[in-house]
Amino acid sequence: MAAPIAVHLEFGGGAELLFNGVKEHHVTLPSQSEPWDMKQLLVWIQRNLLKERPELFVQGDSVRPGILVLINDADWELMGELEYQLQDQDNVVFISTLHGG
Amino acid sequence: MCQVDEEYQEELERADGPSVSKKCVKCKEASAAVVIRAGDTYCRSCFKEYFIHKFRAMLGKNRVIFPGEKVLLAVSGGPSSCSMLSQVQEGLSQKAHKKLRFSPGIVHIDEGGAVGQSAEERQRKVSELQAVFKATGFPFLILPLEQVLDLPSSVVETALSPLEPPPSAYKAAVDRFNQTSSSDYLPPQEREEKSLPDVQKSHTQLLQQLMGSAKTLTAREDLLNTLRQHLLVHTARTEGYSKLMLGDNCTRLAIKLLTSISLGRGAQLAQDTGFSDSRYGNIISVRPMRDYSAKEIAFYNHMFNVPAVVVASLDTKTSEKASIQRLTESFVTKLQTDFPSTVSTIYRTSEKLQTACRSSSSADHSDRCLLCVCTLDTAVEKASAFQATLISEQLSQTKSLGCRNPGQSPGGEDCGRATSGGGCCSLTTETTDLKSLLCYSCQLTIRDMSSVDHLPLYILSEAQRRQRRAQMRDEISEFLLDDGDEGIYREV
Repeated sequence: MAAPIAVHLEFGGGAELLFNGVKEHHVTLPSQSEPWDMKQLLVWIQRNLLKERPELFVQGDSVRPGILVLINDADWELMGELEYQLQDQDNVVFISTLHGG
Repeated sequence: MCQVDEEYQEELERADGPSVSKKCVKCKEASAAVVIRAGDTYCRSCFKEYFIHKFRAMLGKNRVIFPGEKVLLAVSGGPSSCSMLSQVQEGLSQKAHKKLRFSPGIVHIDEGGAVGQSAEERQRKVSELQAVFKATGFPFLILPLEQVLDLPSSVVETALSPLEPPPSAYKAAVDRFNQTSSSDYLPPQEREEKSLPDVQKSHTQLLQQLMGSAKTLTAREDLLNTLRQHLLVHTARTEGYSKLMLGDNCTRLAIKLLTSISLGRGAQLAQDTGFSDSRYGNIISVRPMRDYSAKEIAFYNHMFNVPAVVVASLDTKTSEKASIQRLTESFVTKLQTDFPSTVSTIYRTSEKLQTACRSSSSADHSDRCLLCVCTLDTAVEKASAFQATLISEQLSQTKSLGCRNPGQSPGGEDCGRATSGGGCCSLTTETTDLKSLLCYSCQLTIRDMSSVDHLPLYILSEAQRRQRRAQMRDEISEFLLDDGDEGIYREV
């Protein structure tokens, strides 16, 4: 049984509009038998945090194209994207690049 | 080993395995933080260097901005333009290696009235931006888009641009600048506080009426772009700037390229997406961020704390198929996730587009589109695709075109008829006449509008002026000598 994991989530670049404008979230993921990975985190976010328009954040298994994900200030492509296993006190940032310049 | 093979079979795209740390390809020591393009991993400091260097290289390669010139930065508050602002700051600071050498000013256009934001939201966003601008020390202006209703018609007239300086002039100008100025860095001037102009509710309503008269979101976005451009150019002219810097990034320009083709703007692609755009004559727009993908900008802003504001636009939270712009955006971004070289390929294609050298003697205003101020692309010969669309349009129209252009004499009588807005006769005449002054895609935008009466006064009065001139020319055409005489006009 894995212990509950405390994760710090941040939303930027316009993604926060889907979360009532709240940019920072400190969440504790409940304990479960397998370790948490990004795929499960996305499902959890969609179920518990996403206030509206899920299709603007999640697409299928992954995030919508155009949303960048940083795990501990590094590109998630370097960490294995959806397969990355979350650790306690991880910092995950979602930045939307779909909002002009 | 088995694991590596498995990975390879499943995903041919992915080169890296499940290992966490990869080394930076540049310095080869620090662990990587960012993946740029397809497979280039950089660490934080190398990424910062690369980012800053690209900006300087872009400006240096295209020697368009001369030392000491006044350049207006158009900052919408979004990530790209704020990144551009911070790069300019970085480049002008004393300790920079190879300092940039121009004097910047900032302008922000508050479009909240057209997008449907409440007054409090607009005020909040504006104060946030004001704080950011003040911190830079550059002179800045914050204008509401409602001011576009009060512009003079000189905006859509093409001012004659000064003759193109020869290439050697750039080097000479740089040497001159280095010799004369000993104290290179001008301390930021303390401008007296310009209070933000109050927006009258009536103006906002007029603007909303104008936006509302466009029936499709595509037309509305196109219209908004046009109005914003006009206001930017006008501001640059009145405040004495000679260059305008826009913050379009690579991803956005790739989307714009494909969108423009879909909207019928193929003839103007080079100007819409190129580095420099000289359609306004004495104001040249440049796009120094066009080499940066949206991902790079977002990373840089996040890692190095560049302040930006979230700006709601017309297509925020709309569905995928709401407008052509939106559809193209989702197409390109989706393709980009699977094929990371999509955007750069489109970008490289757009780099090859060049404007054909127009002779500067074509200062004749009726050669330019009324709205987008690009050269008209509708004067083509009979057997072209454009003529075919016109014919099929005529054939499919059910209402009779009984209201022909009555023979109108130039002068006061014309004005009365056009602005009275009485029966269907004048309206049809007006819509038809506007069409002849517009390029193909602007015609499509106008066609999507329920009425052209809501267009700002400067556009309508310029349209009438051009129509009168065209009629005058028709009337005296038999007395004019033929084309060989254009030389006489030029000297006048």
